Amino acid sequence: MSETLKIPTMAELHAQGLAPEVLFWVGCAGSFDDRAKKITKALVKILNKAKVDFAVLGTEESCTGDPAKRAGNEFLFQMQAVTNIEVMNGYSVKKIVTACPHCFNTLKNEYPDLGGQYEVVHHTQFLKQLLDEGRLSIEGGKFKGKRITFHDPCYLGRANDIYEAPRDLIQKLDAELVEMKNCRKKGLCCGAGGAQMFKDAEPGNKEINIERTEQAMEVKPEIIAAACPFCNTMMTDGVKNKAEGQIQVSDVAELIANADDL
Amino acid sequence: MAFLPNIIFGLILVGGIGFFVRNINKLKRNIKLGQSVKIDGATGQRWSNMARIALGQSKMVTRPISGILHVIVYVGFIIINIEVLEIILDGLLGTHRIFSSIGPLYGVLIGTFEVLAVLVFLAVVVFWMRRNVVRLKRFLSPEMKGWPKQDGNLILYFEIVLMALFIIMNATDAPFQAMNSGNVVSQFVAPWFDGLPLAAIERTAWWLHIIGILFFLNYLYYSKHLHILLAFPNTFYGRLTPNGQLDNLESVTNEVKLMMDPDADPYAMPDGSTQDPEKFGASDVFDLNRIQLLNAYTCTECGRCTSECPANQTGKKLSPRKIMMDTRDRLQEVGQNIDANKGNYVPDGKQLLWDYISPEELWACTSCNACVEACPISINPLSIILEMRRFLVMEQSAAPTELNTMMTNIENNGAPWPYNQMDRLNWKND
Repeated sequence: MSETLKIPTMAELHAQGLAPEVLFWVGCAGSFDDRAKKITKALVKILNKAKVDFAVLGTEESCTGDPAKRAGNEFLFQMQAVTNIEVMNGYSVKKIVTACPHCFNTLKNEYPDLGGQYEVVHHTQFLKQLLDEGRLSIEGGKFKGKRITFHDPCYLGRANDIYEAPRDLIQKLDAELVEMKNCRKKGLCCGAGGAQMFKDAEPGNKEINIERTEQAMEVKPEIIAAACPFCNTMMTDGVKNKAEGQIQVSDVAELIANADDL
Repeated sequence: MAFLPNIIFGLILVGGIGFFVRNINKLKRNIKLGQSVKIDGATGQRWSNMARIALGQSKMVTRPISGILHVIVYVGFIIINIEVLEIILDGLLGTHRIFSSIGPLYGVLIGTFEVLAVLVFLAVVVFWMRRNVVRLKRFLSPEMKGWPKQDGNLILYFEIVLMALFIIMNATDAPFQAMNSGNVVSQFVAPWFDGLPLAAIERTAWWLHIIGILFFLNYLYYSKHLHILLAFPNTFYGRLTPNGQLDNLESVTNEVKLMMDPDADPYAMPDGSTQDPEKFGASDVFDLNRIQLLNAYTCTECGRCTSECPANQTGKKLSPRKIMMDTRDRLQEVGQNIDANKGNYVPDGKQLLWDYISPEELWACTSCNACVEACPISINPLSIILEMRRFLVMEQSAAPTELNTMMTNIENNGAPWPYNQMDRLNWKND
């Protein structure tokens, strides 16, 4: 499959005197995490199919600095930020799409002050745009009638007020979108944000991802749709713990790619 | 001596308001102990937020029961205060119901106040039951033990007594009852006082009502109830940027720029204007900014933030409400220290961090913004948590070990995990 994927890098295009329409910011999880790499590939398949003129930074990409900033290390964050900004400004990047809400939030909100001004969209927003512009069509058949619940990533939802784009995409799959008791503005965190992904939780009586998985189980979904690689990991772990084999955790991009047999 | 009551009234009024103003000035002084903040120019947006969120109570009603009850008490509080204006004028001028000369409208006004007074009374009784009989979980957190619990109840008792006095005052006012206009509620209470010295009871209720209001006004400063005033400036100064956006520390930006500047001379002599190196993050109230300190005084301990907090829900020590209460209590302590030392703060060996807020609480936060979203009056506990994490990491190097590993990885290979940056595109060929 991979030989058919077109994944140009910014450097390659630049060498040919080209600049893509959009930079796909893969992010650390999307580059290195085995589960998240599948999301990255699913998104690339869709971008290829929709003939989107994109490129990745490849080895020139580096952590946005989000986990360092949330952990309190403003130095490290800003070092990462100015380095990334230098690279992107060097390529005159105008528009960025990313499948990670943490990268999305940081690039969109925290880079402009430091000299990095781009139009930044989350992949669910971008796919919705493609759909609205008629560049992408979504086949519903495979998911027709399936119960799908959407877990709002904090950094997409409350942090940036994006609630509808991922839901609109799920609706296009002809699926039955069911909402958990805590959704949208009241969505419960998966437990990974604020650098928690990289440490054990403080003493308590429950893990947050278990609490969230239980909330999802209450609405009896066949699929938990996520839109963040970290939420995906947390919910996958939660499901392994509570409902192994009964519920599938998938990124919205994976659902769309899957529906089209990409 | 005919003017004695007027004089006594005037003295009580001036004393009551004067003491309140004195405390408000202290409050301002304490808030100014914080770092000044640049307020961006979107004043229109700020006024509209204040009108919508504070005046319009838009975020209160996201929880319908407490929201609607609160709207009743709030509307009652504002409207019934028109009556206080009449009481003040009567008290100063020696008149009786000075506004009654406006004709039938007076009856409509007083009638409205009476109905509202009953509604407020009932709402407050329900509030009391939620705290003491139903015992809602968010009112039972560890930080609510002792004074905060008592404070919450005292406020409700005040309101019950004030509303009762208002109705009794009207019920025992024979000329007012004779007018038979506006006594929609008090006419049913009036018979309870048949055969009693009406005039004396009416005067007593009248005096207690106005003294009660002045007392309550002065109680605010010592109580969580300050929100009835501070909710307005607090929503005005509330953030306009996306919740996910954290500020970029300017002091760090300057240093990073210097580091990245190939022309910078690392051995350059200081130009003489150098000050003490700036402290990164916050360990005490002085390091927080004025909006954060205003937030702390504005918090009314409703606990909506804590009940939405994923860390708190899963039994961790973190409670966003406690972060706000601790910040306020520490600021009050510093303020009292300044009062006791003739206007100067004498270090007391205490800090907000460690003495009030533990690192364990700070590290439990997922930065999910649930607390920020839940606050009905635009308080931001997350910004304080982050400021204190910055202090722990940048001044103390006191991050949890796993986070240090994560940060070392980012420094060395540009990812939070130990993968080589040169392998970043390997997924392409997987």
